[in-house]
Amino acid sequence: MELLLATAIGAITATGIYLALRSRTFELVLGMTLISYAVNLFIFAMGRPVAGRAPILREGVPTTLEHYTDPLPQALVLTAIVISFAMTAVLIVVALKLREVSGGDHVDGGDPAGDSGRERGDP
Amino acid sequence: MPLQLLAALALPWLAALALFALPNGRRNTAAAIAGGATLLAAALLAMQGPAVFAGDVPHVSWPWLPFEGADFGLRVDGLAWTFALLVLGIGALVVLYARYYLSADDPMARFYALFMVFMGAMLGLVLADNLLLLVVFWELTSISSFLLIGYWQDRADARRGARLSLTITALGGLALLGGVLLLGNIVGSFQLDAVLAAGEVVRAHPWYAPTLVLILLGAFSKSAQFPLHFWLPQAMAAPTPVSAYLHSATLVKAGVFLIARLHPTLAGTDLWFYVVSLTGLATLVTGAYIAMFQHDLKGLLAYSTISHLGLITLLFGLSTPLATVAGVFHILNHAIFKASLFMAAGVIDHETGSRDMRRLHGLHKYMPLTAVLAIVASAAMAGVPLLNGFLSKEMFFAETLQLDARPLLSVAIPLLATVAAAFSVAYSLRFIHDVFWNGEPVALPQNPHDPPFWMLVPIGTLAMLCLLVGILPALIVGPVLAVTAAPVVGGALPDYSLSIWHGFNLPLLMSVLALFVGVALYVMLQRLFRLHDLVHLPRGGREIFDATVAAAVRAARALTDLLVNGSVQRSVLLITLAALVLGLFTLLAPQPATAPLTAAATSAGPVAWTLWLLTLCSLAALIARHRERLEALVYLGVVGLAVSLTFGALSAPDLLLTQLLVEVASILLLLLALNFLPQRSSRTDPPRRRWRDAGLALGAGVGISTLVYAVLSRPRPDSLAPWFLENSVPGAFGTNAVNVILVDFRAFDTLGEITVLGLAAVLVAALLPHTKTAGNIKSPGAAAGAGRSLMLEITSRVMLPLTALVAVWFFLRGHNLPGGGFIGGLVLAIGLLLPSLGSGVDWVEQRSTPRFEAWIGWGLACATVTGLVSLALEHPFLTSAYLAPVLPVIDKVPIATAMFFDLGVFLTVAGAAALALTRLGRLSGAPHDGGRT
Repeated sequence: MELLLATAIGAITATGIYLALRSRTFELVLGMTLISYAVNLFIFAMGRPVAGRAPILREGVPTTLEHYTDPLPQALVLTAIVISFAMTAVLIVVALKLREVSGGDHVDGGDPAGDSGRERGDP
Repeated sequence: MPLQLLAALALPWLAALALFALPNGRRNTAAAIAGGATLLAAALLAMQGPAVFAGDVPHVSWPWLPFEGADFGLRVDGLAWTFALLVLGIGALVVLYARYYLSADDPMARFYALFMVFMGAMLGLVLADNLLLLVVFWELTSISSFLLIGYWQDRADARRGARLSLTITALGGLALLGGVLLLGNIVGSFQLDAVLAAGEVVRAHPWYAPTLVLILLGAFSKSAQFPLHFWLPQAMAAPTPVSAYLHSATLVKAGVFLIARLHPTLAGTDLWFYVVSLTGLATLVTGAYIAMFQHDLKGLLAYSTISHLGLITLLFGLSTPLATVAGVFHILNHAIFKASLFMAAGVIDHETGSRDMRRLHGLHKYMPLTAVLAIVASAAMAGVPLLNGFLSKEMFFAETLQLDARPLLSVAIPLLATVAAAFSVAYSLRFIHDVFWNGEPVALPQNPHDPPFWMLVPIGTLAMLCLLVGILPALIVGPVLAVTAAPVVGGALPDYSLSIWHGFNLPLLMSVLALFVGVALYVMLQRLFRLHDLVHLPRGGREIFDATVAAAVRAARALTDLLVNGSVQRSVLLITLAALVLGLFTLLAPQPATAPLTAAATSAGPVAWTLWLLTLCSLAALIARHRERLEALVYLGVVGLAVSLTFGALSAPDLLLTQLLVEVASILLLLLALNFLPQRSSRTDPPRRRWRDAGLALGAGVGISTLVYAVLSRPRPDSLAPWFLENSVPGAFGTNAVNVILVDFRAFDTLGEITVLGLAAVLVAALLPHTKTAGNIKSPGAAAGAGRSLMLEITSRVMLPLTALVAVWFFLRGHNLPGGGFIGGLVLAIGLLLPSLGSGVDWVEQRSTPRFEAWIGWGLACATVTGLVSLALEHPFLTSAYLAPVLPVIDKVPIATAMFFDLGVFLTVAGAAALALTRLGRLSGAPHDGGRT
């Protein structure tokens, strides 16, 4: 299971970085979203997650790590998920604004290829 | 009596507060407040006079810093008393002068407010009974003088001069702080009494040298001593009343005041003698030399000030009792004549529109009163008999002749002193002869005439003092000088006589020589070398300073351009590369011996394998097909779903819910955004770049995988986890440990996070245009009617109240079971978007437009107030309490106060998510040129 988790996180990271390195704003947003998945999973994994030990305390069960997983990484990740949502929203809006200002969707503004604007016109 | 001291110090500050509130147009009121406060403070201090003259040291103190010998104390010995009255007396005259100097366009109240702040700081500096307090006021004088010098903010030279003076004096202040801390450590106390009594201990201490050098650096930078003098001429961009005040009696005198203040403690060693007297000598000569070649009236006075400060420093460096008395005496004399000279220069500038001595000539015909006063003051500056400057200069000459123990210096110092005195005669003569005689004015912007009467009063008062002290020294200044010099000498005062005539002796000869040589020098410069054509730009400190600043800016810009050249791809690439390199570096570094790998691997069930396969396939599809954007969104959604389920499978139900909801919201956002972006990406990256990026990404992925696996295959270290689990119920009254951490143990973090969330949502709203202002909005039915489904329309309307109910349910159970403010808020936000999806934006807008910005505001307020309540009950911020109110019907309701905090989270999250979603949704509702395919 550890190996599966580790490779999955690595794969998400790699895909995220590859997409973030592309020249279009949409891909950048996709890449950043993937990277935030990977980072959240990474932090979560640092708490040594196991199945079936949700940190919801039950009466009569000793409050040790034998019976519950570490709640702290979960708390950190929970807020991180929500913040990354807000960041995605901001990124999208910036991309739209860039589009409005420069007419293209190249990450640096402008559109060296100059074809996407035309492409948009004819569906 | 103690209260009088405190009141005297508080008055300028209170006046400053009042003046900051006053409108700038109230010119007379502003001047009256400033002048009244100054005079009142002066009166309060003057009332201490009898005690000070009787040899008492009135003081007052309160506990301040929590260690021994650091009280907030004020203390008035002779030195402090005279200095304080000098600060206030000349301050009052400058207040009057400035009222007429500043034009109607200058913000008058602001000027006086800053002036009062500076005066208060200066007063605090001289009255402080504690070295740390002194340093605090010292820094305040640096900052307030920065603001005063840069008073004309629209002028580049004013800003530049202010910045330069702040840089130099603040660096000096830093050195001073270091020196004072060392000194306090040596003495064991920062109280002045203790420090002044500990001279022998200090001088014998191994830290004496660094202490002395640091303190002197502070004093020298403030008093513009060579080679740190270059900020002072630049500070002449200040309004003239500021220069008259700062560079005669106050700011630059703070340095020599400090030298005088600590003279009994620090003086008396060879190090002191050489450092202080040679610095003073260099400053004396260079300042006087450069002053002769200045064409600007204020520039001449600036370099003359530097030179006179050097003279005072030199006297303290000689450190004999008589030299010390002479130093104190010259501080007083210089303050008086230099303040009046600056004000006279200001009058000339004010009435002629120029300060250039190559154009100002023959003014005695046009402004006779100003001429008379300026002549008196500059004669004092030149050291002409019957004026105050003569007396202290005679004492100075006499002292330079007492250096028999040091053969080389015993010749050099008197010689250079005479040379400098000749220079000072020359530049004083230039000030008078050039401006008031020497032909006719050259193309002056205004017709010169004497200024308003009240502008001459301050100059006249000071010129009168020059004369009175010069003619009747023993009567006018004798007792004051004695009481002022006593604490500086630090023992019994030496015998000295304050009379004009001491018979024919060597000092008199030096004076006469200086006078004749000075006159000859001026005539020569004027006739032979055409003084007005000589351009003498002193090079040195200022250029080095400018070059350093410019080099730092260039280096910063080059580095920035190297790293961030405007290309996002380049930045992402560099960040990734940096992370990879740092990661590799850590891997290759020698590893500490760790516990052996305990491969207690848990077996992976079919669920895990399924999720893993799903993720990897989706990622592969994403890489292959990312240019088909709608399709890419589907793959992204699958990855997100897999991530959520992974959380769920690994005992994190809260994360499962949150990730699932965020996934829905994110995909909705991206879909909405896709309306405005191309549906396909054009391929612009060349293959080589794609392969390079792929390699880099692969490297990063392998690195992360290795890291995760390395961590997971090692035994878990001790962590905070057990503490949170144990204290969840007893400490925070909740069984959902994750929610408890969020709303109680780490609630402060959460407060910060929801603030960020709220800000991000507001940013989204601000960046998107309002559809209402976007002009004529067509019904979305017409724009996209074809794609609407009746089924969705009906269900979405029914779903809203149901979703709201679910949201509240999640919120309420959150403290004990999976749920909470974050999850409830997200559910509500998505629910709020449903009707827009089903029925169109207009349908929603016609019915209700909740102000989501207000939700964010109320949510943040609710969370903050919860924290403040616990603060008000004298618990740490955001401490939780357990309440069990008995409500009718429902009976006892057990709730923790953290619930109110969570309510704030709920409102903020719901408001922020809904704001982002609906704004983008509304935008898509508006007609857009060909946005849909």
